Amino acid sequence: MTTSTSDSQAGGSGSGPQGSLRETPLRAEHERLGATFTDFGGWWMPVRYSSDIAEHHAVRSAAGLFDISHMGEIMVRGTDAGAFLDYALAGRLSAVSVGRAKYSMILTPEGGIIDDLVLYRLADDEFLVIANAANRENVAAALSERIGQFEATVTDESDSYALIALQGPVAVRILDEAVAAGAITELGMPLAEVKNYALTDAFFTPGEVAVDDRAQTDHKFTPGEDRAGAEATPLLLARTGYTGEDGFELYVGAEHAAALWRTLLTTGEPHGLVPAGLAARDTLRLEAGMPLYGHELSADIVPAQAGLGRIIPRDKGDFVGRPALEERPGARVLIGLVAHGRRAGRAGYALYDGETEVGQITSGALSPTLGHPVALAYVNPAVAEPGTALTMDVRGNRIPATVTTPPFYRRKK
Amino acid sequence: MTDVNALQYTAEHEWIATEADVVTIGITDYAADQLGDVVFVDLPAVGTEVKAGETMGEIESTKSVSELYAPVTGEVVEVNEAVDADPALVNSSPFEQAWLVKVRVTGEVTGLLDRAAYEALTGAGS
Repeated sequence: MTTSTSDSQAGGSGSGPQGSLRETPLRAEHERLGATFTDFGGWWMPVRYSSDIAEHHAVRSAAGLFDISHMGEIMVRGTDAGAFLDYALAGRLSAVSVGRAKYSMILTPEGGIIDDLVLYRLADDEFLVIANAANRENVAAALSERIGQFEATVTDESDSYALIALQGPVAVRILDEAVAAGAITELGMPLAEVKNYALTDAFFTPGEVAVDDRAQTDHKFTPGEDRAGAEATPLLLARTGYTGEDGFELYVGAEHAAALWRTLLTTGEPHGLVPAGLAARDTLRLEAGMPLYGHELSADIVPAQAGLGRIIPRDKGDFVGRPALEERPGARVLIGLVAHGRRAGRAGYALYDGETEVGQITSGALSPTLGHPVALAYVNPAVAEPGTALTMDVRGNRIPATVTTPPFYRRKK
Repeated sequence: MTDVNALQYTAEHEWIATEADVVTIGITDYAADQLGDVVFVDLPAVGTEVKAGETMGEIESTKSVSELYAPVTGEVVEVNEAVDADPALVNSSPFEQAWLVKVRVTGEVTGLLDRAAYEALTGAGS
């Protein structure tokens, strides 16, 4: 048996990182939980703890806890921060209210996608920019190059922060309990009032959690215990995520990451919370129709091709990547595909209309939630209409598939 | 419980149990762990002639596709329908319920590893 993988998230081997892979502050936690690791974009990351599918289902039915500390945190500060980002990025960031988040992109001068980003407006003159791990340096460099006459500064503060994602229908209940237990305090507003794509400041008080090993002892950390004298540390709670579920992303100083991770796991366990790895994260985001940089997005793709033309306001003034607004006749466009059976099309597989090759799959899997194969693909516009019948070349076998509009899965509100 | 020390192995992570001229073939627990959740197996039909070292099937997990190589030359005499119906057996019971095919050996059997050599290869037990 030899394994051929369709992307870098599939592997996972050996007991330690090879070469000079970066590690998150939570590596020891993942090892304690028995994670399988993989090289993901130069990072030694947990790909699964128990089972990809079990972790996937837990996020849909209860909650999953993800270490996404490999993501980049870049601060943009200054009196011109909003105007600068309007120029440097595809969106209109100056219009984002303090305490709200926005999905945007940084484009090449020709309109290609350097990275897709989530931005949080922390203050009138302060934005937190979240970049993909592999693109963090590129994003920081491109932003710095674009400052020009703007009164703004760009600093890559990624190494100072850990980022933990708590995703799933019971995420808010778990955080409510952490608040009730005193582990999370001084919220800017009640959790229920933190809307989707909004955030609030809070504090996290580490307990005596970093010393015991729950796998080795009967002792279970109770949130709130042994907290006397422990110092509260700033925590940013954002109602954002990448799984299609309700959930939060929590930003905390790297040195407090392990304590926060353990507090959330212990608080959430009775509610069905499990640690979840990159494999589950990928099938979840695929079901939710969310693009992944390096698969659906690249410097050769303009936002409109990816179905993301709406991120650029129609009346936008001068900005880097202005050609992205122009029509590109005949350019391949992103579509969804569904198929019967269990045989999934995967990244790189060709698509056919009859005997004519008309496109290529960029991500694909057997959907754990839906029970049938789903895929994202770029195809010629002539075959992009939902309902169009195509075939996927699955290693020499032609599997029928139908064009559809992502997302494949939408949570019930 | 299968005695894994009584089995033979390939460097491609198949295990082989020999009984007279018929071998039972599966993939190891190590391979199953590395794959993640197996969601599809494509096995050769009964009667297929397989040749040592050549592809005889595929195993798909959530995130990867693996080729299954024939460790011996011969004719497929039985296929495990239970694994076709429930591929997750490869993860839960790689040495027992998830045997994959039985092959009547017609050629010479060479190049198989004993458990110690296989563990040395995968780094298990070190």
